[in-house]
Amino acid sequence: MKRTKLLLAGTVAALAFANMAHAERGTDGDLKILFWQAVSTLNPYLSGGTKEVYSSSMVIEPLARYDATGALVAWLVTEIPTVANGGVTADMKSITWKLKPGVKWSDGSAFTAEDVVFTWEYCTAPDGGCAQKAQYEGITKVEAVDAQTVKVTFSEPKYYPYSAFVGAQSPILQKAQFKDCVGAKAPGCTAANFGPIGTGPFVVKEFKPNDVITFTANPNFRDAAKPAFASVTLKGGGDAASAARAVLETGEFDYAWNMQVEPEVLATMLKAGKGKIETAFGTQVERIQINWTNPDPKLGDKRSTVEGGKHPALSDPAVRKALSMAIDRDVIDEVGYGEAGKPTCNIVPAPDIYISSTNDWCLKQDIKGANKLLDDAGWKKGSDGIRAKDGVKLSFLYQTSTNSVRQGTQALVKDMWSQIGVASELRNVSASVFFGGDPASPDTFQKFYADVEMYTNNFDGTDPEKYLAEWLCDKIPSPANGWQGQNIPRYCNPAYDKIVNELAKTGDLKKRAELAIKANDMLTAEGAHIPLIHRGQPSAISATLIGVDMNAWDSELWNVADWSRKK
Amino acid sequence: MFTYTIRRLMFAVPTLLVISFVIFALLDLAPNDPLGELPLTIPPEVREQIRAAMGLDQPFLIRYLKWLQQFFVNEPLNIFEQITGLTVGTGERMRVLSWATRSPVVDLIVQRLPQTLWVVGMAYVFGILIAIPVGVISAYRQYSVFDQVGTFITMVGYSVPTFFTGVLLIVIFSSWLQWFPSIYDTNLVVDSWANFVEQMRQMFLPVLVLSLYNASQITRFVRASMLDNLSMDYVRTARAKGVREKTVLLVHVLRNSLIPVVTVIALGVPTIFSGAIITEQIFRVNGLGQLLITAVQGADIPLVQTLTFIFAVLIVLFNLIADVLYGILDPRIRYD
Repeated sequence: MKRTKLLLAGTVAALAFANMAHAERGTDGDLKILFWQAVSTLNPYLSGGTKEVYSSSMVIEPLARYDATGALVAWLVTEIPTVANGGVTADMKSITWKLKPGVKWSDGSAFTAEDVVFTWEYCTAPDGGCAQKAQYEGITKVEAVDAQTVKVTFSEPKYYPYSAFVGAQSPILQKAQFKDCVGAKAPGCTAANFGPIGTGPFVVKEFKPNDVITFTANPNFRDAAKPAFASVTLKGGGDAASAARAVLETGEFDYAWNMQVEPEVLATMLKAGKGKIETAFGTQVERIQINWTNPDPKLGDKRSTVEGGKHPALSDPAVRKALSMAIDRDVIDEVGYGEAGKPTCNIVPAPDIYISSTNDWCLKQDIKGANKLLDDAGWKKGSDGIRAKDGVKLSFLYQTSTNSVRQGTQALVKDMWSQIGVASELRNVSASVFFGGDPASPDTFQKFYADVEMYTNNFDGTDPEKYLAEWLCDKIPSPANGWQGQNIPRYCNPAYDKIVNELAKTGDLKKRAELAIKANDMLTAEGAHIPLIHRGQPSAISATLIGVDMNAWDSELWNVADWSRKK
Repeated sequence: MFTYTIRRLMFAVPTLLVISFVIFALLDLAPNDPLGELPLTIPPEVREQIRAAMGLDQPFLIRYLKWLQQFFVNEPLNIFEQITGLTVGTGERMRVLSWATRSPVVDLIVQRLPQTLWVVGMAYVFGILIAIPVGVISAYRQYSVFDQVGTFITMVGYSVPTFFTGVLLIVIFSSWLQWFPSIYDTNLVVDSWANFVEQMRQMFLPVLVLSLYNASQITRFVRASMLDNLSMDYVRTARAKGVREKTVLLVHVLRNSLIPVVTVIALGVPTIFSGAIITEQIFRVNGLGQLLITAVQGADIPLVQTLTFIFAVLIVLFNLIADVLYGILDPRIRYD
């Protein structure tokens, strides 16, 4: 017995030693990643799509990024600047980044402050159509104090200054490579856009747009022992279910991103034992937006606008609350999301400091309570079982984008609402139309020519300030602003505006959290929307792959340098 | 025949211009938007600027004329420059750029063409090679067991969609038996026997799916055409003269029966270029069909417009070829 133990201990030691011995660059062969939505370009500034942001994150890197818990990590800098360490000035109008010494681009040249300044110039150049311009909002100047120091100046105090050069959305481009590609010339630089030179663990070897990318380990990467893989093949195309199959059943791939597959289908695939599904929870919330304005077609141009007047039925708070009470979020989660979702009553579901439990009454379905609420409010059931008051019927048009999980949810909600005497007509619109925002199309989610509509939204990074500002009165979409506004429910409450304005002027994190929670609670309590599911990002990971640390705050491939093959 | 061909070619020019305009107008009217796939976290002002950078803020007619110039003048000049190495003018001109990849559309097409020709073209050739003997035997031995089984298989092959057979074959051969890969490796370079075998393995399933479909379709034509001819007077005469049965069937009947079949095959050639959209998508073959479907989904209008227009040119061209072939094969038909 003792001997066995000794033997075991020996084996463990040997294994540990073997692992150490393998901590060398390029010893683990080829890493195969599958993105069922194929990557179109490797310049995230020209695309803005999640697939482009993620895939390019293996090559180009930001100054700081978020780790799996949502905390900021110094990446190409020595530390995260704060007021305490003097990196951020007390008036919150400038932030100074100190670059890590000795970082090199993959072509061997030195990474300097000039590159950081150039990245800002590149994205803010007129006519460039830079998709990540919002990251550089409020910046008046970015200057290189010396080769290792970058100073960013804001036009007014910025209480959350970590947006530019932070996270996968704003990586640093090499000035030498992109200097002739600024502004209108940006799309013409195909070679640079398809093969950016970066500081990351991998280098682009070949890029076939909308198909496959081949990467090799960066010989000039700052950590001589990484990455463990010699090359990466990132294949695109197909659909989510077959991508899951390629990792979980056939084992042809190591990692597949965005597994939007019905839980029961995934469960059968998982039985093959070749891999697992891991989910990272960020800030995505699937919600039903409630139209506070009247979408009646008879109103013509004034349809779904503030001028068109209030919604005849949904302007009653009792109706909005009853609709939320009648929904059994557990059932929706079980059928449509499984591990990839959890019921929520918040619109800001994460990070932890912002989570509120004030509205958790909505987690439990309460048909009886909802019925009583409607009875008390004077909505009486007619002969057809549908409630009505003063000739207004509780019959709603419920629209969403075309997607099998969403259609399943629609059917479930329709049934739940019918139990409280609310009728609904279901409609789905192709995602590229629904989210396309073409002002000429009547079917966009911004126009909201329906009573209620369902989709997911979230915010970048960990700070909800900008996101909560979407419900301000002046963000309501209307013909005057070309239907470009993010306040989709057309919610308007001066008290809410006050909280958000205060949030923008508050520097203390604890106080910010208090205000954000207050704003979040107000939105749900007032029924600007009905939160349903806090959605995660599920990915399929092969059993032979180790080191994956699922991250919803940054690129999922953020720590690809640390990934290795199980021996 | 020559004047006829010239006349038809001249007539094709206005036809194609009208087609290009119709495609452009239809795509413009379609409600999907190139920004539809972007995350909602990108604010509206930035979206406006992206739209402007794509040239979407210009009026419809200007955009159409620009495309015409890019496609008919700039792109051919560019190809000319690449072939000859000469530079015309400054050598800097606006090419047709895809909105999703921001790279020249023609380069994307050139990159995708070989895979489509290999997989879809091979399936077409196999389809023909299987269809002709099966069709001939089926017709000659009408209502025999061979004919019944053949008819059953071709009916199934013709009516069951490729998105079903494709997935079915993946489940059987890739998931259960693990004989063939379910994902096409587009980086595979064939430079040794081992690679060649690998290439054959990965082509097997998509080619099988498409061959079944093509063979089913063509077999029905061959069989029907053979049956028509077998009952003709000249067949009876040949047999009465004492011509050997093999000669009657393979020389007299088959040759005459193939006239309509050749036309059908010629008309089907453009579909090779348009790729097998569904099959390519299922097996992740990076062909033209997959390029088209991703472009349609992402509302990459310049790419959809250019691809569709190239298919239109091929269809017009092969219609002409089919007509000319018909005249050559069948001396009874005269165009002049």
